[in-house]
Amino acid sequence: MKLLTANFITCSVKSCQSVTPALSFRDAELAREEIDFSPLFLRNILPRIDWPLLQRTAKELGFPALPETKPELSPIAEGDEEGVGSEEEQKLLKELHSLLLETSVQSGKLVCANCGHEYPISQGIANFLLPNHLV
Amino acid sequence: MSRPEDILPPNLFYDDISARKYTSSSRILSIQSDMAHRALELLHLDQPSFILDIGCGSGLSGEILTSEGHMWVGMDISESMLAIAVDREVEGDLLYADMGQGVPFRPGSFDAAVSISAIQWLCNAETADVTVDNRLKTFFETLYASLKRGGRAALQFYPKDDKQRDLICKAAIKAGFAAGILEDEPGTKQVKVYLVLEVGGTGGDITQAVKDLEGVEVQDGRSKREKKKGETRREWIGRKKERERRKGKVVKKDSKYTGRKRRIQF
Ligand SMILES: C[S@@+](CC[C@H](N)C(=O)[O-])C[C@H]1O[C@@H](n2cnc3c(N)ncnc32)[C@H](O)[C@@H]1O
Ligand SMILES: [Zn+2]
Repeated sequence: MKLLTANFITCSVKSCQSVTPALSFRDAELAREEIDFSPLFLRNILPRIDWPLLQRTAKELGFPALPETKPELSPIAEGDEEGVGSEEEQKLLKELHSLLLETSVQSGKLVCANCGHEYPISQGIANFLLPNHLV
Repeated sequence: MSRPEDILPPNLFYDDISARKYTSSSRILSIQSDMAHRALELLHLDQPSFILDIGCGSGLSGEILTSEGHMWVGMDISESMLAIAVDREVEGDLLYADMGQGVPFRPGSFDAAVSISAIQWLCNAETADVTVDNRLKTFFETLYASLKRGGRAALQFYPKDDKQRDLICKAAIKAGFAAGILEDEPGTKQVKVYLVLEVGGTGGDITQAVKDLEGVEVQDGRSKREKKKGETRREWIGRKKERERRKGKVVKKDSKYTGRKRRIQF
C-alpha cells in the first residue's frame, strides 16, 4: 500500500463508520518503486492530503520529519504546462512524489485506532475483507 | 451462454487458471481497453486525477487510467486476479476487498471512480445473512461519500436483465447520486451499458452527465416506472421521446449509435 492510499483509507468496520478513524502501520516492511513524476497530479491531490496524518505515518515508518504545516504552492505560471513551478517547489514536489507514490508498505498490517481491527498486508496488498458481522 | 455470475462466487470463478486465461486473451484485452477508454471519456477529467477502480481485476482497466496520466486505487475480491496485477507491475495501488462491504475511504477522497464489467456481481449475495439490497446500499452510499463534490463515476456493467439493471440504478439514485444510463450499440449482442453517476451535481438529470455525446441514446433509470406493460424498451423510449417532442423539449435524435472504433493501445 502506497502512503498516498494510506492517507485516505479508513476502517470499514461498522462501529467505526461515524468516526472515520485513522489507521496506523505495524511491522511495516517498505518498498520503493519508480513512478513517473507528475507535478500536476501532486498539485491536484495536495489540498486533499490530511497533513497531520501524513506526518504521523512518516514518523511511524521512520522517515525524517515533514514540515510543520502543509506546504502552500503558488499558482502555475503561464507557459508552465507541466506545473513544475519554481526550483524550490519542484524539489518539494519531488519529495512528496517519492513519499506518496513511490513508497509503499509491502507487508505488515494496518491497525484501527478506534476498534483495534487489524488489516494484514502482504505483497503490497491490504486485506480489507471483513467477516459479515463487522460490516 | 451462461453468465459467470450464475456459476460461482467471484473469488472462486476468477481462480488462478481463469484469471490467467482472462488476462492473456487478446480479445478480452481489446474489449476491456475500449470500455475503459469510454468510461474515462464519460468522466470528463481535466487534470491528472485520483481514481478508484472497482473490481480492478488484473489491472486491464487500470492500465488505461495510467496511460492517460491518472493515479488509481483498485479493489477486487479475487486474490488470483490481484496476483496477476502484481505480476504485471501495475502502477496503481491494490486492495483486496469486497465492494459489497463498502468503499473504505474517507469522504471526498477521489476525483472519480470507474468500474469495468464488475458491479453486476453485487447482485450475487454470497452468504445467507447478507441481502443484495443491503450490499447495493452499502456500496453506493460509501462510493458516494468517497467521491469529491461534483465527482463522477462511470460504471460499465452486464445486467442480467432489465430488472437487475433497474435494481442497480435505483440503489445508486437512492444513495444520492444523479444517475444516467448510457448504451453503446444498443439492441445488439455487443450492447455495453454504462451507469454514469455524479455527486451533488445537477439534481438528478442524467442527460446532463452525458449530454455532449452525440448519437447516443440517453435513458433515465428512474422513469422506468412509466413503462407500459409488454412494451419493449425501444418502443417505450420512442413513446417517451414523442411525448417530450410534443412538449417542445430538446430530445436526442433517434440516431442509431454508429459504432465508434478506436485504435487499440497494445
Ligand atoms: C470481468 S472482471 C473485470 C476486471 C477489470 N475491471 C477489467 O476490465 O479487466 C470482473 C472483476 O470483478 C471482480 N469482482 C467481482 N465481485 C466483486 C466484489 N464483490 N468486490 C470486488 N471485486 C469484485 C472480480 O474478481 C473480477 O476481477
Ligand atoms: Zn475500526
